[in-house]
Amino acid sequence: MSMIEVRGLTKRRGSRKVLNQINFSVSQGEFLGVIGPNGSGKTTLLHTISGVEGIDEGEIVVDGRKVEAYGRKELARKLAVLQQDGIPSIAYPVKDIIEMGRFPFLDWLGRDQSKDTEAVIKRIMHRLDLDSLADRPVNELSGGQRQRVALGKVMAQQPRVLLLDEPTTYLDIRYQLQFMELVAQWRQEEEVTVIAVMHDLNLASLYCDRLLVLQDGAAAAVGTPEELLTPETIHEVFQVQSAVTAHPDTGVPQVMLRRGEQPAAEDGANL
Amino acid sequence: MSKRLAGYTGASLILLVLTLLICVGTGSVSLPLMEIARILLHRIPYVGSFITPDWTTASEQIVLNVRLPRVLLGLIVGSSLSLAGAAFQGVLRNPLADPFTLGVSSGASVGAAVLIFFGWQFSLIGIFTLPAVAFMTGILTLWVVLVLAREKGKIPTESLILSGVVMQSFLGAVVAFLTAMSKKTVNEILYWTMGSLSLRGWSYTAILLPYLVIGLLIIWSGARRLNLFALGERQAAHSGLDVERTKLVMLAVATLLTAASVSVAGVIGFVGLVVPHMIRLITGPDYRLIVPLSAICGGVFLMWSDLIARTILGQTEIPLGIVTAFVGAPFFALLLYRNKKRRAHLQEGGAL
Repeated sequence: MSMIEVRGLTKRRGSRKVLNQINFSVSQGEFLGVIGPNGSGKTTLLHTISGVEGIDEGEIVVDGRKVEAYGRKELARKLAVLQQDGIPSIAYPVKDIIEMGRFPFLDWLGRDQSKDTEAVIKRIMHRLDLDSLADRPVNELSGGQRQRVALGKVMAQQPRVLLLDEPTTYLDIRYQLQFMELVAQWRQEEEVTVIAVMHDLNLASLYCDRLLVLQDGAAAAVGTPEELLTPETIHEVFQVQSAVTAHPDTGVPQVMLRRGEQPAAEDGANL
Repeated sequence: MSKRLAGYTGASLILLVLTLLICVGTGSVSLPLMEIARILLHRIPYVGSFITPDWTTASEQIVLNVRLPRVLLGLIVGSSLSLAGAAFQGVLRNPLADPFTLGVSSGASVGAAVLIFFGWQFSLIGIFTLPAVAFMTGILTLWVVLVLAREKGKIPTESLILSGVVMQSFLGAVVAFLTAMSKKTVNEILYWTMGSLSLRGWSYTAILLPYLVIGLLIIWSGARRLNLFALGERQAAHSGLDVERTKLVMLAVATLLTAASVSVAGVIGFVGLVVPHMIRLITGPDYRLIVPLSAICGGVFLMWSDLIARTILGQTEIPLGIVTAFVGAPFFALLLYRNKKRRAHLQEGGAL
């Protein structure tokens, strides 16, 4: 069953089309990576799916209903977003931030409509190794810890779909891997559908089932990492020369960059 | 959470009652606190019957008809302004926002001054005319300030303060012009520019109270929403908040509170800046605490300021706005300075 359906999506800024006739669908529990050069419309695509930016043509269907037909709270119970910069530098304690994820479940008196909220939050804190940080203000935490708090907040939203916007940009490799593992585990246990804008092609290849390549606002290709992470495609999209090899553990493609002036595409193919 | 709320609220309510008694007791004739407490308790149904009056009628007159209305008005105006300040700061994510620095107070005072100049203050809708017109000019001012300050969908602190100052001086000039042009009503208009609680009977307290009660209920029930604003508007929307609607409601309610206060007591600056900040320093950033405590402590702050205004120079009373500016302006400068230092610190961090 498809969780997200995007059909003929077009978004204009002035006369420029930042997104042009995009079609794809994501089935429940799938992990879709969105890759492409800077300015290709990746973040805008996420903003239209999350409903904070309107669209000019086409439609976006989330779990059988158009995204604009949802109320804000209703949509937040269905779909959560984790931004690149995660949680801003504010003095709220970690536990309060994670509880903010419960906002869409509160009625007008501020009571949580589900009974096991306390347990949900406790489990998330434990799972993300945040127990000892519960009362620490987030502005005193390291980047990696803060991004775990951001993940905790979206987990508390108990969504069916998770949108990630370059979530590992500001993290060192240890925290990058830790973060992606946490997302992957969560996705497996709860069958969460994930759409992630990724910069790091190797990380994308390790975790994504399929990739969507955006170029100048159009969907250049959709396919598995094996199909798309080839020197030819990478050159076409990013204009860099690369060599691709299989990962020794899983066999998924891993990209190595080549030095020097970047010559034409034909030379890149012979590895 | 509820334990902390109860603790802080209890403590600040005790402070409020003590302040009220002290302020009622101090003046040209000083009255003992116990006597004031008993005069007041005597007025409460059921409880009153246990107290036998042993005070002079003069004392009772002073307490009930002279001092109490004024002190209570100070309490209500202070609460309203602080509450408005807390709401502005929350929605605009800006620690320097308050009814005065945003120019909303000046905007409201222009509306009030125009009405008084033409002698229209009770036309149209009776006692609601002044607050209603002050609200409209206040919200118009807020809109202009926000439009001026907006840069790419964000409202940077500096440009917000700048546009607030621009509007303030322009509108201040309008009020000053009206004051100069007016012959018989000079004193009454002049009064708005400095703020004062003097010579206001019970009726004014009664006009303001409903605004405060409704404003408090709306802003307090929105405290959780104000907390979400701290995540940034986009993330707040992702968390299920109807950002535009919340913003509109909060700004309108805060402006209404300001306008109601200004239409009764004139322009009193910095209350909405100083009080929520002090609370934030003590309790942390949670608006579920900041909102109710700002309402209580705003009242306490203004009652003390008014006490200073009417007693420090003996018989001569100084305008209340001057007292709050003496406290508030240096505090504002300190916040600006700290803001600057924090930004410099962040930039260094970014360069590394």
